[in-house]
Amino acid sequence: MVKSVTSFGRSGLYDWLIQRVSAVVLGAYTVFMVVYLLNNSELTYEQWSGLFSMTSMRIFSLMALMSLGAHTWIGLWSVSTDYIKPMGYRFAFQMVTGAAMFAYTVWGIQLLWGL
Amino acid sequence: MLCQLCNERSAESFKPLSTIQYKEKVTVSKNRPVNLDLGTFKHPLPAMVSISHRITGVMMFVGLIFMFCLFDLSLDGAEGFASAQAVMQDNFLAKFIAWGLLVSLAFHLFAGVKHLFQDLGHGEELESAEKAAKFVIGATAVAAVLAGVWVW
Repeated sequence: MVKSVTSFGRSGLYDWLIQRVSAVVLGAYTVFMVVYLLNNSELTYEQWSGLFSMTSMRIFSLMALMSLGAHTWIGLWSVSTDYIKPMGYRFAFQMVTGAAMFAYTVWGIQLLWGL
Repeated sequence: MLCQLCNERSAESFKPLSTIQYKEKVTVSKNRPVNLDLGTFKHPLPAMVSISHRITGVMMFVGLIFMFCLFDLSLDGAEGFASAQAVMQDNFLAKFIAWGLLVSLAFHLFAGVKHLFQDLGHGEELESAEKAAKFVIGATAVAAVLAGVWVW
């Protein structure tokens, strides 16, 4: 069995499952946000900040944020292993992706809990 | 009888090859035509949808910086919210980026749903896979128009 040390779940099987579970979470979040924005075309700041102050919305958003990090990491990892052959460049690309997704996750948490 | 045959055959095939025989085998397999130049392939529709699924994923990764900046601005007090609204109402480039990301998102979402159905064993035949790919493209085309109406 070939094992890759750079994959997200340390095994293709975990990555496969995480990619699908996170996809369902992100899909649900997308549908929710689109429906919400379409139903509130005259959105005010009070409504908007009120939405993200709700505990239920923070749980949903944090779930989506974590899913985004994992989903993007696994997706770009797959792309990099297919198209970037030299090990050094591939590793550098994966480091940049990982750092970016970590930064976005922290940024998102700060936005949600900084309200 | 059958087993005997098997045994004879495997005994035959496990005989170690001489160096010359081995070299011949390698040369033969090396001479087989290999085409890894994707540009010369005729790609069926499901292949185009598959690669576009990846491309839209990478595009959204790049677009995350735009989305996070906009989201940050929109939650940065009433003034920030107003300027985020102003950007989305007046700036053509921001609108175009938002539209592009919405279309990418729609395609990625539809292709993702197709993927999940195929995980369950649906739409994997030659004909049904073609249909599923057509559905993804058709649904995205509709979503692209609707997203355009929404943004502009």
